[in-house]
Amino acid sequence: MFRQGSRFLSRASTMRWCRPFSTDLPAEAAADSNFVEAWRKAIPNVEPPITPSSFMATRPATPSSIPSKLTVNFALPYSSELSGKEVDMVIIPATTGQMGVLPGHVATIAELKPGVLSVHEGNDISKYFVSGGFAFVHANSVADIIAVEAVPLDRIDPNLVQKGLTDFTQKLSTASTDVEKAEAQTGVDVHSALNAALTG
Amino acid sequence: MASNAAAPFWRSAGMTYITYSNLCANLVRNCLKEPYKTEALSREKVHYSISKWVDGKPQKPSKYSLLCLYLF
Repeated sequence: MFRQGSRFLSRASTMRWCRPFSTDLPAEAAADSNFVEAWRKAIPNVEPPITPSSFMATRPATPSSIPSKLTVNFALPYSSELSGKEVDMVIIPATTGQMGVLPGHVATIAELKPGVLSVHEGNDISKYFVSGGFAFVHANSVADIIAVEAVPLDRIDPNLVQKGLTDFTQKLSTASTDVEKAEAQTGVDVHSALNAALTG
Repeated sequence: MASNAAAPFWRSAGMTYITYSNLCANLVRNCLKEPYKTEALSREKVHYSISKWVDGKPQKPSKYSLLCLYLF
């Protein structure tokens, strides 16, 4: 009954020591070689199945010298805004403050707050307003940014922002329960950030 | 057990990260200029949307109800 038990136990104990940080992804082989080997032994006349992970491009290894460009992947639930784009710098609105990411940045995971994400590419600066999400900066000068909603700044209506700001400031003063207060506070935060993004 | 580290205000009020981040996203969508606002809000209403990828770019997503998905 517990034939496989020892295998899992030994695997778990060895994993504890060799498991890398989630930010420094190793350039791994796409398929699990043990699985492919076992498959070929059991079913030699059928090719091993192709799993989603085998379609993924392997991560480039961390170069010994710092590259001149930062590779950015910026994804939303419904679209891929930037995919493997080489830029000079991105400024990420992290909860701990604005975070400028240049090539060779130390590996980090940052939670995003509502704010402006700016992508600097030579003299071109493209700015997005992100509502929240996460940024993963890897040691190999690759940054993955994921957000729930992100829009270019020129698509925001300043009148609606002002209206929302006054609405939620009023709601905050009349809110009674904790959840209502938190919702109103979130509204004030988001609209203040939108306002700052448009005016600043 | 939850850590004793200071939690954000929304967490202390009992909201989850999903609730909070969707709330923020919705507020942002409501502040968009007109053609984009309807597009962004209606995007959230669909249960399933399928977009074809051409040359590494997603095309306009087409909407399918749950029933249509079973027919594929």
